[in-house]
Amino acid sequence: MSTRYIYIFALVMTVVVALLLAGSKVVLEPIASKNEDIFNKRQILEAIATPLEEAGKAVASLSDQEVLDIFEKQVEQAVVTADGASVESIKAIDVDMAKERKKPEAERMYPVYEVSLDGKSFYIFSVRGSGLWDAIWGNIALEEDMNTVAGVSFDHAGETPGLGAEIKDNNAWKAQFVGKKIYDGDKYVSVYVRKGGAIDMEHEVDGLSGATVTADGVTKMLYDGLKAYEPYMEDAEGPTSMNLQ
Amino acid sequence: MATSTEAKVAEKEPLFGKKEKALLTDPLLDNNPITIQVLGVCSALAVTSLIYPSLVMAVAVVFVCAFSSLATSILRNTIPKAVRLIVQLVIIATLVTLVNEALKAINYPVYKQLSVYIGLIITNCIVMGRLEAFAMANKPWRSFLDGIGNGLGYGLILVVVGAVREIFGKGSLFAGSGIAMNIIGAGPQYWIDTATAGQWGNTFFGWYANNNLMVMSVAAMFVIAVLIWIQRSRNPKLVDIS
Repeated sequence: MSTRYIYIFALVMTVVVALLLAGSKVVLEPIASKNEDIFNKRQILEAIATPLEEAGKAVASLSDQEVLDIFEKQVEQAVVTADGASVESIKAIDVDMAKERKKPEAERMYPVYEVSLDGKSFYIFSVRGSGLWDAIWGNIALEEDMNTVAGVSFDHAGETPGLGAEIKDNNAWKAQFVGKKIYDGDKYVSVYVRKGGAIDMEHEVDGLSGATVTADGVTKMLYDGLKAYEPYMEDAEGPTSMNLQ
Repeated sequence: MATSTEAKVAEKEPLFGKKEKALLTDPLLDNNPITIQVLGVCSALAVTSLIYPSLVMAVAVVFVCAFSSLATSILRNTIPKAVRLIVQLVIIATLVTLVNEALKAINYPVYKQLSVYIGLIITNCIVMGRLEAFAMANKPWRSFLDGIGNGLGYGLILVVVGAVREIFGKGSLFAGSGIAMNIIGAGPQYWIDTATAGQWGNTFFGWYANNNLMVMSVAAMFVIAVLIWIQRSRNPKLVDIS
């Protein structure tokens, strides 16, 4: 086996493998990106799992087509900046929160999903933060008053299964968020995950035993994440509260 | 002349004789890659918290193991010895990438769940071990069977460990798949509902709680160790007398 033979062998092998992989990518990529899109949209809808269930649609049993249909017909997507100004150039679902988080705060874009369901509107906000090992992210749905939490969904890159990963898997824990208020009077307080159990039932939920750091990460993510939407919320609810007065 | 020797060889090697059968069944128990050779433990610890991902992982490894063995065996006389490990690695990596892309297209949620571990099949010692030890020295058909056998042996342990961990850790079986079964837990969706007060479920199973340790990777270590223990104590051939 001469050196020349080895070079030729390596060259042929590389070309064959490259063609094979490129071919598979071209064929499978469209299907994969469609799946990813459905997966992301389903995660967003999970934030309004409770109202959806009341409307007779359990998120877990929604078919892929139903998820797309809901997004098509009942969801208005908007993108806002930290000042509350709307951005027209990009759709909310295409905003990459991981990339946005690396930008300086003034340049960040934040996605908003307005879902109309049985005559009611829900606003879903995306947030992102850090857990114990890696990134955590989630979607928080608020009711029309921009104060009452309608539901949450979380996901994580690598939290410990059974402990930190419970923020995603533990439905009973997530259900606690429903009905909490993010404002105490006029003061923004977000929702606090309290180790040892919630004290203030309006604004706090129980911590997760064995997952203090992840839970603290959720608290911080919610506080910082929702705060960024404050200008938008004020704009959106402004006319309504005026009407009430 | 050449044809007659080939005919003789073909006579000696039936398509599915005793030896071929042994290639498939030996790695299941007596020569299991995980419990006897103690290879591929890393991924066995990581992906076995639920049965369904374990099953997907097992299928992926069977596929990669079988076809990389086949490809390596076909090429075994043309692969330059100096770069044979690199060539093997390229074959494995190509197949794993194909599996990864296919899984993304077929079942995205499971792809998300298995995340890095599909990619880590590339470094699974079982696959490369079989290429170097068997496929480089044997004919394609036998190497193919050897690959399937070792993949199945690995998958068998994965599914057994996954079953133990899921049922004690989560009270369910096949969660995440179409045939998810909720066996025991607090809530009306479980077959044995530990929360229903006053009913027999509460009387007999009110004490029951999921074992959170089972969800963690360490539990897989214990389960695999117990499997090794059982297997070694039952099979005198495996007893280490030194």
